[in-house]
Amino acid sequence: MADQPGTRGLIFNEPLLWEKGKNGRCAMSIPESDVPQAALPEHCRREDVRFPDLAELDVVRHYTRLSQWNFSIDSGMYPLGSCTMKYNPKLNEKLAASPSLANSHPMLEDGLNQGTIRLLYDLQEYLKAITGMAGVSLQPAAGAQGELAGMLMFAGYFKAKGEQRTKILIPDTAHGTNPASAALCGFKPVAVKSGAKGTLSAESVAALMDEQTAGIMITNPNTLGLFESEIQQIAEIVHGKGGLVYGDGANMNAVMGIVDIARTGVDVMHLNLHKTFSTPHGGGGPGAGPVLCVEKLLPFLPSPMAVRNDDGYAMVSVGEHSIGRLHAFHGNYSVLIRAYGYILSMGAENLKRASQYAVLNANYVKSRLTDVLHLPYDSACMHECVFSDKHLQKHKVMTLDLAKRLIDYGYHPPTIYFPLIVSGAIMIEPTETECKDDIDGFIEAVKTIVGEAESNPELLHEAPCISKVRRLDETQAARKPCLIG
Amino acid sequence: MKELDELILPDDIRYSADHEWARIEDEFAYIGISDFAQDQLGDIVFVDMPEVGDSFDQGDEFGSLESVKAVSEMYMPLSGEVVEINEDLSESPELLNADPYENWIIKIRMEDLEDYDQLLDAEAYLESLEE
Repeated sequence: MADQPGTRGLIFNEPLLWEKGKNGRCAMSIPESDVPQAALPEHCRREDVRFPDLAELDVVRHYTRLSQWNFSIDSGMYPLGSCTMKYNPKLNEKLAASPSLANSHPMLEDGLNQGTIRLLYDLQEYLKAITGMAGVSLQPAAGAQGELAGMLMFAGYFKAKGEQRTKILIPDTAHGTNPASAALCGFKPVAVKSGAKGTLSAESVAALMDEQTAGIMITNPNTLGLFESEIQQIAEIVHGKGGLVYGDGANMNAVMGIVDIARTGVDVMHLNLHKTFSTPHGGGGPGAGPVLCVEKLLPFLPSPMAVRNDDGYAMVSVGEHSIGRLHAFHGNYSVLIRAYGYILSMGAENLKRASQYAVLNANYVKSRLTDVLHLPYDSACMHECVFSDKHLQKHKVMTLDLAKRLIDYGYHPPTIYFPLIVSGAIMIEPTETECKDDIDGFIEAVKTIVGEAESNPELLHEAPCISKVRRLDETQAARKPCLIG
Repeated sequence: MKELDELILPDDIRYSADHEWARIEDEFAYIGISDFAQDQLGDIVFVDMPEVGDSFDQGDEFGSLESVKAVSEMYMPLSGEVVEINEDLSESPELLNADPYENWIIKIRMEDLEDYDQLLDAEAYLESLEE
C-alpha cells in the first residue's frame, strides 16, 4: 500500500502569522492622506492587540501551506459521501460565480430582475418534476430549516382544521434533526423501532398511530441505506388516522428519477441540495433545503415564491395560511444557481444515472467488504452501507481506530457511530462520482487495515501516523475547548 | 472496550435493561449508569441532568450523556422526584468513566418501593448483556 495516492509527500510546517511578521513589512501602499489626521478616541484603543506586519508573499505562502494540511475532495476520496463531502462538477461553481448572476442586486424590482426570478421559477419546476410534488419553496437555508418549514406546515395544517395533535412518530434510524424540528413545532417525538431487517414495518406504525399524532417523519432510503419498502402501507395507515407523512429527502440521491416521492404517500418533504444537486458542503452554510408538498398543503408553503404570469416572472406572496418568510430576498441564491446548473447540465436521464451509479457503487463496496467487516443488516443497500466493528473487538480495535488509520492510506474517515442503532457503526457512501479503480483502492485499504488489526493492533490505536498532526485528544477538545489561538 | 467478564457489576445495587443502576437508602434511591454503559459510551464529555424537584415515571428519559461518539439518553429505573443532583459531574463528567458506581447522577425520593424489586440483580443484568 506504500504507493497509495495521496499518502506521501512534503507537508510544510508553518508558524502563526503573529510569529511570522516583522515590523515594517507591508503588503500594499496606502495613498498619502489628503485630510487632517484624527486620533482614535482613547476608549477605542487597546495596547494589547497587535497585528503582524506581513508582505503579500508571506500571506500567500502562509495560507497555501495551511491548505496542504487539509484533506479535500479535490485531493482524495471521502467514503462518507453526500453527508459531508461529495464531488461537485466545477461547471456549477463557474456558473454561480458568473458576474451577471452574482452581481444582480436583490432589491431590483421584478421587471428589472427577470432572469434571476426565472431561474428560481425554473428550478421550482424541475424540483417538482423530480419529486412528483405539487409545490415548492426554495427559501429554507439548509436541510434542517427545510424540516422545520415542513413541521411548521404540519402545525399550520392541523390548526386550520381546528385539530390539536401533540405527537409525531420518528423511526429510530432518523437523523437527529427530525425530532428537534418536530419538537420546535410543539410535537412530542415518539420513537418507532426498526424491524430486524433495519426497515419499518407497517404494523409497528399502526400500533402507535392515533388521532393525537400529527403523522410520521420518514427518511427513505433510511440512514442504514435501506429502502423503506412498506412506505405506501405506512402512509395509508397515517392518512387513515388523519395524519400527514413527512419525507426527509436527505437520501434523495439514491432514488432520483426512479421513485415518484408523491406516489409513495409523502405529503411534505425537503431536499438537501448539497447532497443531491451539486451544491457546496461543509462549514455550516450557506446551504439550501427546499421544502416541497402535495396539493392539499400548498396554502401553507413559505412565501413569497417565483411565479410566471402574463408580464413574465414575479416574486409573489402566496397562500393565506403561509408559514411566512424564512429567508431574506431570494434565499441562498448562489447555492440555487449551482443546483439549477447541475440539473440542466445533467438532464433527466443522467440524473437518474447518477442515482443508479451511487447505488451500484455502494453495493459493490458492501459485497466486497462483507467478509471483511461485520454487516449488521445484510440486504441489498441503496446509496450507502453500514458495517460495524463487531469482528474487530476481539483485537481491542474500535471503529474509531479503523477510521483514523484510513487517514494514513490517503482516505478521509467515513461516518462513524451513526446511525445509533448500530453499535460501532461504520457508514460508507462512495457516491456516484468515484470510479471503480478508486473504489477498489479504498476496499484494499480497508482490507489491509483489518489485517493490521489482527497483526498489529497498536498501530491502529496510534493512527494516524503520517498525517501532519497525530491523533487529537477529542475528549479534551470537547471537555475543555480552546477557542482562541 | 471491556469483555463481559471484565465488567464491574456490584451486587448490592440493581440494574435496568437500559443500563442504569439504583441503590436504595430508606425512601431514597441513588441512580447512575453501569460500567457497561460507560464503557460503551467511551469518554463522557457532558452530563445533562434534570433539576431538583422534577418528577419522573419509571422508564422516562431524565437526562442525557454526551460522549465523543454520540449523545445517549438516560432512563429512570424507578419512579420518583429528584431531590439532589451530583453537581460534581457538571465540571468533571469524566468521573462517570473513572467510577460509575461511586459517582451517582441523581438522588430521588422513590414513589413506590416495589419498583426496585422489578430491577435486575447483577447476575440477571450480566445475563441480559450476554444475549
